[in-house]
Amino acid sequence: MAKRFVSIWFRHLATDWFSLRQPLLKTLPFVLRAPSHGRMMITAANAIAEKKDIHRGMVLADARAIHPSLEVQDDKPEILDKLLRRLAEWCIRFTPVVAIDPFDGLLLDASGCAHLWGGDVSYLSDIEKKLTLRGYDVRIAMADTVGVAWAVARFGKHPLIIKEGMHIEALMALPPEALRLEPEVIERLHKLGLHHVRQFINMPRTSMRRRFGQYFIQQLNKAIGQEMELLEPVQPIEPYHERLPCMEPIVSATGIEIALQNLLETLCLRLQQEQKGLRTSVFKGYRVDGKIEQIEIVTSRPSHNVKHLFKLFELKISTIEPALGIELFVLEALKVEDHLPQQSTMWEGSSGLEDVRLAELVDRLASKVGMHAIHRYVPDEHYWPERSFKSAVSLHEKLTTHWRVDKERPLQLLPTPERIDVTAPIPDYPPMLFRYKSKIHTIVRADGPERIEQEWWLQQGQHRDYYRVEDEEGNRYWLFRLGHYHDKIYLWFIHGFFA
Amino acid sequence: MNSLIKSNRLAELQMDILRLQGFHSARNTSLDVELGPLKEAFPNGSFPLGAVHEFLSSRAEDLTSTSGFISALLALLLGNSGTALWISSSRTLFPPALKSFGLQPDRFIFIDLKKEKDVIWAMDEALKCGALSAVVCEIREIDFNASRRLQLAVEQSQVTGFILRKNYRQLNTTACVSRWKITSLPSAPIETLIDFPGITFPTWRVELLRMRNGKSGAWDIQWINGKFVPLYNLVSVLTEQKIKTG
Repeated sequence: MAKRFVSIWFRHLATDWFSLRQPLLKTLPFVLRAPSHGRMMITAANAIAEKKDIHRGMVLADARAIHPSLEVQDDKPEILDKLLRRLAEWCIRFTPVVAIDPFDGLLLDASGCAHLWGGDVSYLSDIEKKLTLRGYDVRIAMADTVGVAWAVARFGKHPLIIKEGMHIEALMALPPEALRLEPEVIERLHKLGLHHVRQFINMPRTSMRRRFGQYFIQQLNKAIGQEMELLEPVQPIEPYHERLPCMEPIVSATGIEIALQNLLETLCLRLQQEQKGLRTSVFKGYRVDGKIEQIEIVTSRPSHNVKHLFKLFELKISTIEPALGIELFVLEALKVEDHLPQQSTMWEGSSGLEDVRLAELVDRLASKVGMHAIHRYVPDEHYWPERSFKSAVSLHEKLTTHWRVDKERPLQLLPTPERIDVTAPIPDYPPMLFRYKSKIHTIVRADGPERIEQEWWLQQGQHRDYYRVEDEEGNRYWLFRLGHYHDKIYLWFIHGFFA
Repeated sequence: MNSLIKSNRLAELQMDILRLQGFHSARNTSLDVELGPLKEAFPNGSFPLGAVHEFLSSRAEDLTSTSGFISALLALLLGNSGTALWISSSRTLFPPALKSFGLQPDRFIFIDLKKEKDVIWAMDEALKCGALSAVVCEIREIDFNASRRLQLAVEQSQVTGFILRKNYRQLNTTACVSRWKITSLPSAPIETLIDFPGITFPTWRVELLRMRNGKSGAWDIQWINGKFVPLYNLVSVLTEQKIKTG
């Protein structure tokens, strides 16, 4: 398929941005300034100022001499980058591949896109109309190569749409600046009297390389299409993604649901054919005002079940703010894993951890309360009670060791041991009574002590001597003494309850 | 002869009524065998699965004995492959301890939530999932409507739900099939023959305060190697009262 590229040139990007915020500036000659080498220089001028022969690069004092009532504001060079990125993201509605052309332009890969708008002319006029409505002064050109589109946007005469295969002819009449060269090379070309591309395009390449360098040849080749030029999209294209542009902006939740359902069906059909399932997915809505609304879901095992995935998204649809309406919906599968369909039917109804329905339940819960609230534990090889188990990474993580049963452990464990007052007769005997929450418990039976030493390679501190005790009512507690009895600085704690 | 036919007929009718009321007899017969003395209280003599059971506990000690009793039931219910969900907003359950009740702690999924409202929601969602064997949720209050929703969910999915009411403020009517209260008892009291010096098997007083289509009662039982064993031949207190009054 023939490649088509669009270059958008924002002629007064910085001043347009200021004018949008202060509408009065639109009617006045207006420049931006920034200090340079101890002088105030003009960094940008709007269209009215340019008509009065005030250009960027002039010293501000000179400009003031030409036009005393000139409106001057401090430049904000840092906004341009952000602004271009925003505009590039907004342009994704025209084509998925949008690249930033540093400082004042955008490059769009429009291959196979224009016919959706009914041809090149209406495609470009739609872009131009929408950008002009947003308040930007633009020149937009379309050609077979990035180089020619760029050149025509800046230096070409109307019409700015170069027909397929005509891009070399279009380049002929343009000045050497149109090739995106270094200033010194351009200057040298002009000195040699080469004011148009047609004058040197057919010269022998070897001699041109000797005089103007490799970069010059590269740029020339890129423009005439002998060398590929790759665009770096602002948003990398996900291999699994579906787009749904809307005729009218969507504002209702029902509309969003229908869009989501449509996209999920097409995406899942594709995933199913390729025996894949998605793990992470993002649903994006491109709003009329340029903002992007998005919701994300995560599944605990690969899935291409439309109903299940829709349920996960459904919980979050209410967080989408359509504002004036959403023009384009995009569904991306960020993380895709192999998913064999026969496997799912085999495990269905096994009522184990492998059951698909269980994974779907976990997804549903996770999408509302977050994955951090859901735990599954596997044993860990530690004697210290708090470290004797660890969180499993997934529902299917296998045990690396066994759950210990040789020592009794309390069914309820306090998150942190609590201090208690204890009466204990002689060293290493279980206590006689203890006070917990201002209630005195007389101990009738006891087991212990079970000494658990600190794991010194993990944590420093005293060992614990644990006792299982039972009071008169039959309530069972897990108490421990921290430190040696004869050290005189020991503390008693309650750590848990036995059934 | 005539009376025999009559009683058979009555038993059949009783079964029909139970079926119409949505009561399904248990699939898990081993559970009934091991339930020991408690069995008599249940309709048809089998523990109602696919229903929601409510347990009351007011202190941390009671919470432990109640969760112990539930774990004992779960051990019988889950078998070798079942999975259970434990939902709570303030969980103190120590997973490794489940092993001593014959459960696989890695077959549990714990959901730790912040709000009580979320606990009910998660419980509702979980009970609809047929892949689970049981769902336990720790909660303070549950109103009648919420409990009825849970009951409707389990009737579809046949999952068994356990609601552990801890530190409850008031006792309201719920749509749960039963209401239990478990408190701990001193281990190995004087009545038994062996006078074991240390702490013995878990010993509980199990009070069944309410049982739909069944009888309420109270038992003193011990949990020994996966079986409920009566502590001594205690006749269900409430049925005794009933006999006296009736």
